[in-house]
Amino acid sequence: MTQLVELEDCTKVYRVGAFGSKRLTAVRNVSFGVKAGEVVSLIGESGSGKSTIGRMILRLSPVTSGAIRFKGDDVAALEGRALKEYYRQAQGVFQDPFSSYNPIYKADRVFTLIKDAFFPRVDAAEWGRRIDASLDAVALDPTQVLHKYPHQLSGGQLQRLLVARALLLDIDFLVADEIISMLDASTRIDVLNLLGELKSRGLGILFVTHDLSLGNYISDRTVILRRGLIVELGATEKVFGNPQHAYTRMLLASVPQLHHHWEDVAAGYTRAGNAVEPDSPDSVLVECEPGHLVREAA
Amino acid sequence: MSLAVDDLQVYYRTLHGDVRAVDGVTFDLADGEIMGLAGESGCGKSSLGHSLIYLTGRMKYIGGTVDLDGAPLPIWDFEAMNEHRFKRISVIPQYAMSALNPTRKIGRLTAELLRSRGVSYRDNVKEFVRRLELVGLTDEVLEMYPMELSGGMKQRTVMVISTLLNPSLLIADEITSALDVSTQKAVAEMLVEFRDRGFVKSMIVITHDISILSQVADTILVMYAGHLAEKAPTSVIINSPQHPYTKRLISSLPEVGVRYAEKRLTGIPGVPPRLLDPPKGCRFRDRCPIATAKCLERPPFRETESGHELACWEVAA
Repeated sequence: MTQLVELEDCTKVYRVGAFGSKRLTAVRNVSFGVKAGEVVSLIGESGSGKSTIGRMILRLSPVTSGAIRFKGDDVAALEGRALKEYYRQAQGVFQDPFSSYNPIYKADRVFTLIKDAFFPRVDAAEWGRRIDASLDAVALDPTQVLHKYPHQLSGGQLQRLLVARALLLDIDFLVADEIISMLDASTRIDVLNLLGELKSRGLGILFVTHDLSLGNYISDRTVILRRGLIVELGATEKVFGNPQHAYTRMLLASVPQLHHHWEDVAAGYTRAGNAVEPDSPDSVLVECEPGHLVREAA
Repeated sequence: MSLAVDDLQVYYRTLHGDVRAVDGVTFDLADGEIMGLAGESGCGKSSLGHSLIYLTGRMKYIGGTVDLDGAPLPIWDFEAMNEHRFKRISVIPQYAMSALNPTRKIGRLTAELLRSRGVSYRDNVKEFVRRLELVGLTDEVLEMYPMELSGGMKQRTVMVISTLLNPSLLIADEITSALDVSTQKAVAEMLVEFRDRGFVKSMIVITHDISILSQVADTILVMYAGHLAEKAPTSVIINSPQHPYTKRLISSLPEVGVRYAEKRLTGIPGVPPRLLDPPKGCRFRDRCPIATAKCLERPPFRETESGHELACWEVAA
């Protein structure tokens, strides 16, 4: 199966400090792909560059070097109509649903904006049907969420409205950047299951998270990032079941688990410690088993 | 008994009326107990924690009593509480990163804080440094401004400062929420160590993350919409919860090893009620699969077996 989205050797350097006098490399030579009908989770701690990658794919932030291809086309080169067409196919949903909405307008205005921008010729009745269908896909009751202001809706409802908005565009690719983090425990799993249903409809999903248990639950493949470098990449059951990199083991040993105590878990990951040396930029990714890459010193 | 809270009611004043965030809460905390206080956002867990130490302007004390080590705590009297704050009852706030005065070096900040309580800094600085070293910091911190410390270092500094006078009760409010998993683990283990070393006698750890509590807490108290739902030893809450809300909450948590393709977890349908004008009786009623007509009456929070308390008519019958 060909890749839906492909990152090739992507690097992002931010200018920081007074007048941009310093350089900060947030993402360093990252290459991976997302296929259609696949959830890839991008896991890293804060500052690992995981959100930057999501933003680069959506062209919210330019790539410093390297290329991002969507269905074979270089995303950076898209302009005008082609760019609009790209946004019809690829969309993002971000962490804080409360700040994604304009509090002055009703929440369903996000749908109207989509209609005005992409489907001005669709008549109102047909548009209403489409909205009902996409709300149905995210398990929302139209009578409960339409014509309401953002403050009248819960975080889970707002987040699902944003996914419904993306579905209206009939997208092929979704960047879900920490969409679960702000939600309550009793509703977060529903949003996570929703991603699973979208996947079975053939969407490619990049699931950005810091929470290993969420990534493990939903994703087919896992990319572990640290300080902008991919340290381990592979099928989720391989990365979680047979972690090769010391950093991945440390993360797994630190995740609080309901039914296992930290000490027992840590004992299962030998050599796990809190002080894992950072990888040097010239280390390389080595394939330890088919499709399972681990960073090793060059 | 370290802490005894009896029928505590604390409401928030708003233009539309009172928001019943803590509505008739009764529980005890044993000496040396680390109690996890869990619940969804807006369930009143932070309000409960705060009302034990610091009632802000919008919070209104309605009724109930709080006893700490056998002596009543005048939580309704802001001035009278000054005597107890920091010395007998202390707090690690949710945003420890911004809890430090940015214009003071850590040493001076601590000195001023101690002086305000009539305690000598000079007598305590040795112990302060010893404890800073225990959490992996050095005495250089004393000469540093908060902005020179990283988030995790600030968090640890605040933890040491809050517990410097060996309070009887420590309230830790969502202190691990903003941290990375590896730092989170270190901070959570530090809480247990502080208790074991006797820096604090007992602790209330407020968090929405039950998996953290499963690692550090002795008991877990689950709140729902301003009411208490269930309190039991940690292993009981995790492995055999009885209250319908706790049951569904625990079973909706994804864990490393649980995969979507193999096992579909489900959430709890519906949303928590608004606390401005909450429904009568059990507040979980609308989302509860086993609710009956009896649930229109509020179930008492009572002990069903030793050490296991819950508020449900159907389960506790």
